[in-house]
Amino acid sequence: MVATSTESIPEIELNAVTKRFRNAAVAVEGISLAVDRGEFVTFLGPSGCGKSTLLKLVSGLSPVSEGTVRVNGMTPENARDLVSFIFQDATLLPWRTVEHNVGLGMELEHAARPARKERVAQMLELVGLSHVARRYPRQLSGGMKMRTSIARALVSRPRILLMDEPFAALDEMTRDRLNEELLRLYNEHKWTVLFVTHSVAEAVFLSTRVVILAAHPGRVAHQINIDLPWPRTAETRESKAFEEQVTQASRLLRGVYQG
Amino acid sequence: MKRQAILAFNSVVVFACLLGLWQALVSLNHLPPYILPGPLAVLHALRERYPSLLNSLLITTEEAAGGLLASIVAGVAAALVFAQWRRLRQLLYPYTILLQTVPIVAIAPLIISWAGAGIFPVMIVTFIICLAPIIANTTQGLISVDENLIHLFLMYKASPAQVLFRLRLPNALPNLFTGIRISAGISVIGGITGELFAGSTRVGEGGLGYAIIYASNQMETSYLFALVFAATVLGFSFFFIVTFLEWLALHNWHESSLPYLEE
Repeated sequence: MVATSTESIPEIELNAVTKRFRNAAVAVEGISLAVDRGEFVTFLGPSGCGKSTLLKLVSGLSPVSEGTVRVNGMTPENARDLVSFIFQDATLLPWRTVEHNVGLGMELEHAARPARKERVAQMLELVGLSHVARRYPRQLSGGMKMRTSIARALVSRPRILLMDEPFAALDEMTRDRLNEELLRLYNEHKWTVLFVTHSVAEAVFLSTRVVILAAHPGRVAHQINIDLPWPRTAETRESKAFEEQVTQASRLLRGVYQG
Repeated sequence: MKRQAILAFNSVVVFACLLGLWQALVSLNHLPPYILPGPLAVLHALRERYPSLLNSLLITTEEAAGGLLASIVAGVAAALVFAQWRRLRQLLYPYTILLQTVPIVAIAPLIISWAGAGIFPVMIVTFIICLAPIIANTTQGLISVDENLIHLFLMYKASPAQVLFRLRLPNALPNLFTGIRISAGISVIGGITGELFAGSTRVGEGGLGYAIIYASNQMETSYLFALVFAATVLGFSFFFIVTFLEWLALHNWHESSLPYLEE
């Protein structure tokens, strides 16, 4: 199934992609974008620029109207095994405990129970939630819910993560901490990440590249390569280079907002 | 705990005062028991006619419970079909509203003349009036699932059956219980209404509805009150049992149950 990745194939490739909704509204128009394996690409832009739509197109949850999307050279539907989607709110099943939420995917695939338990325990350990494995989602804080959601996404050993404003509902301190943890995991696993956010600082901190989109219709307005040194930690946010890149991105984004 | 005890005590005091007021009204005005019996006369009738009242109560319980259980099975099955096939839902859903608006008192005699004598036709009457709340509530729960949860299941390549039974059905559980709670209350009404027309469901005896007609014809007003009291207790018991089952099923995870206390 999985094509052996050669240098020439981008991990994710959008070619002149247009998405129209049934009511003829144009979400994105003529977007071309290539993302190499291991890149962390963040999308910024005003509402209506089609940030979330792009992730839906890459995951195959929503079909393109024109153009093509390729994931590791395959159609999005065929590449689903490589991809995990992390939604805006944690989207946990409230009637399942943390461990059973995390194990959901393996359960639906009828994975053997011991293997499932072991994998779930590993993932909970990874996101620091082992102590709340038996709790129900409503007994968790917003940050813990999001960690559960991340653990669930990692169970299938994805190569690609699609994250749609995952930390938008969290307070700033929790969000910063989760950003740092996400980068720690990213450096270990070398995923390719597409990440949607409204926060310029979050985008700069996380990414190797920031893509700024314009709205009505959604299209790529600017791309900025972020060359902050790795590993990035809490101190990174206090550096001069970070400040400069945030200022640069903010300026470009402001231009897009003003049309 | 202490606050609940005080609340329970207050309820008992209020109930006792109401009974006292009722008895005083009857005694001071010298009302004959066939017009309005006092609580003491009702208690007396209850003690005197205890065996036949219990018998009627059991018959009605059987009918109401049978009709209710059948409506839960059929209602959930119909809701699952409606959730899975939208076209079919649009086509048939209006008929469930018809079920709710049909005057049961008008069609109960018909059902009895079709289905014959005994307990069975009364169960059908109960089944009919219990069905609509179950279908309507369960369908609502099955189709109002967060879109992102559906997307999650699609990303996992879940089968339609997995989406239905692992996602939609648990999501609909609180709605299902709301439906059952409504139907549990009216199932007793269904049983009694059916009996008003079915008459004696076994030789020489019948449920509460039959006994109410009998007591009314015989001007045994005290016994009539005792029967009404029994019917009320029955409806309340059904409601209580369903509420308890609901708590068992939902208290761990659903917002409608008490908040989890810890930390």
